[in-house]
Amino acid sequence: MSEETRRSPSPSEVGFVLGRRNVLKGAAAIGGTAAFGGFLAACGSDDEGDTAGEGGAATGVVRVASNYSDAKPNEGLKAALDTIPNENLTIELNEVDHNTYQEQIVAYMQDPPDDVAPWFASFRLSPLASAGLLMDISDIWTEKLDDKLSGGFKQASSYEGKQYAVPWTFYSWGIHYRKSVWEAAGATPPETYEELLALCETLQGAGVTPFALGNDGRWPAMGTFDQLNFRLNGYQYHIDLMAGKESWTDDRTKAVFARWAELLPYHQPDPNGREWQDAAQALVDGEAAMMTIGNFVGDIFPNEDLDDLDFFPFPILNDEHGQDTVEAPIDNWVVVAEPQNLAGAKEVVAHFGFKEAQDTFLSIAPGVQATNNDVDTDAYNALQQKSAALVQNAANVTQFLDRDTLPAFANEAGQAFADFLSNPANIDTILDDLQGKAEALL
Amino acid sequence: MLLIPLTIHLLIVWIPTILSIVLSLTKWNGIRFDNLEWVAFENYDQIILGAFQQDFFQAVLNNLWLLLFLFFGPTALGMFLAYLLDKNLRGSRIYQSMFYTPVVLSLAVVGFIWSNIMYDQEFGLATWAFGGGESVDWLGNQSFLFEFGGYGLSKNFLAILVAMAWRHTGYIMVLYLAGMKSVDASLRESASLDGCNEWQTFRFVLFPTLKPINVIVVVITVIEALRAFDIVYVLNTPRNTELLSILTTDNLIGEGADNIGRGSAYATMLFILCIGFVLWYVTNHYRKQESSV
Repeated sequence: MSEETRRSPSPSEVGFVLGRRNVLKGAAAIGGTAAFGGFLAACGSDDEGDTAGEGGAATGVVRVASNYSDAKPNEGLKAALDTIPNENLTIELNEVDHNTYQEQIVAYMQDPPDDVAPWFASFRLSPLASAGLLMDISDIWTEKLDDKLSGGFKQASSYEGKQYAVPWTFYSWGIHYRKSVWEAAGATPPETYEELLALCETLQGAGVTPFALGNDGRWPAMGTFDQLNFRLNGYQYHIDLMAGKESWTDDRTKAVFARWAELLPYHQPDPNGREWQDAAQALVDGEAAMMTIGNFVGDIFPNEDLDDLDFFPFPILNDEHGQDTVEAPIDNWVVVAEPQNLAGAKEVVAHFGFKEAQDTFLSIAPGVQATNNDVDTDAYNALQQKSAALVQNAANVTQFLDRDTLPAFANEAGQAFADFLSNPANIDTILDDLQGKAEALL
Repeated sequence: MLLIPLTIHLLIVWIPTILSIVLSLTKWNGIRFDNLEWVAFENYDQIILGAFQQDFFQAVLNNLWLLLFLFFGPTALGMFLAYLLDKNLRGSRIYQSMFYTPVVLSLAVVGFIWSNIMYDQEFGLATWAFGGGESVDWLGNQSFLFEFGGYGLSKNFLAILVAMAWRHTGYIMVLYLAGMKSVDASLRESASLDGCNEWQTFRFVLFPTLKPINVIVVVITVIEALRAFDIVYVLNTPRNTELLSILTTDNLIGEGADNIGRGSAYATMLFILCIGFVLWYVTNHYRKQESSV
């Protein structure tokens, strides 16, 4: 992971390679009209690769919204758009600050000045898709994308069996650790829960805190919950729970918190007031041995230590489900409900699923991984390669708790987890309360 | 002549207020009006009797803690500081500026100072001074200091109250200082001729003449306690630090969540509390003025 890729701390924001609020030269706020910096798509004649082939029959101007406000991703995106092999298409990029885009998405989507726009996958798609703000692009999947993107990605791009998005890049969650620290302690990545517990005992005996955890912002603990829940109860249960179809007071949900409570003594104490960066620093310094977090934790590591960072998937808790689910937040592109240039928008959005576009983007902004099966993973660093392999072999891909359920409910869940971390003995009351909120919200 | 200001006032104050009350009777995700669903008092039912009861009443209670705290903490302290500074100590201007500085600092700076410099778990100034070598979870510790029936005053909210006092004290101090400077010197002189000690001079001579300032301070403090948002929002951590204003914002900002109705319901409850105080104040104030004529 390059030092250039700064990520925002929240997973609801991480995923786009983004950074500080950039002052965009004259870029209008969302809903504004200024589509500036339009540039000609290069005449792509050269790389034919595995492109759709036909070169595209679309003509005219396609407006693309971009919240890739950092320099490198922005450059990468422009270069990726340059690979569209259709000289009759002109791309106009409407650049918007990342956080603003996210906060204003609802207003933006109701009167979008653009044809193609970036958004998240999975449940986060559903409020927009169900409100009829996005276009059904199932036909693009059947015609052009099914052979290029794995089934997990298709699932994460679907709402009620129809596809509304094209996956573009992703990163994954797992237990991250420092190889050198583990070698010194004679530890190896555990595959089962028993091995994990034994390892925690050993590490604690050696004076190292097994797990780093900082839950300030209320989202980091969601990562641990997700892992425990889909390892123990499986992908379908997790998704149903997120959709309000299963209950938080169910014994299966309580079993998750029972496991979590067993693991809590091996975590850093008082996580609620600690930022995830401070927790990650404990990992860097070797004070803590591991951390359940996304690949973006590499941003905390000094460059010279990056090679020492590794991760492994969360251990098996239930043989029925093994390690069949990976949490990998995906960034997508969608077509708005009523694009001004229908044919053009379809061609552009499909192109984001192609090898050339993703290769080009990653060659400039290497902080994430590509979704296309054919992308050359040899160019990846070790962590990228591992993450890519995991996701490509996964039967199921989850996004993250705050992308797999309604944002309003994710807030409530985050508070409930914070309550649990503060007082694990109180879990029954906490879950009763959370179930009440699930019923009110979902 | 009154028509123009009246129109402007209606347009930017009362019409949005009424619209937000109307919205509180709906369930709406903010996407297109045809998604708007009338639910009558369901939102109020949810926040007062239903799933969000705990959040709502804890927030009301926190607003109340804030009000009490502002009266007994920063107001008393501010008055005391003003009294000392009024004595024209050497360097009183320097002290004055120092105490007032927190008021003029930008919110971003205040947030940084308290979350990163004062309340950092391991390296914070507060941790260093009071932690006794241990790390202290100032802003994350949501357990109650004292509790009754599931509600109480949480430790992290107390930490936030201290941060608010830091800012509010200087403000109150300046108000009282201005008041004290304008007190006729002959009053103090005659008090001392009559043999008043320092406390008696303050209690029976100075304090009564400060009545207009007291009224202003009461109003400012009550309003501040009801509309408080900024510092708490910046330092807001896991739980039990919610205020009505924060519940409102949390429910209104964001994407695609169908809770604009509930956010408006919180806002309406806050509005009822505010308008109650305003009506009481305005009627009292004018009644007194009329009777004194």
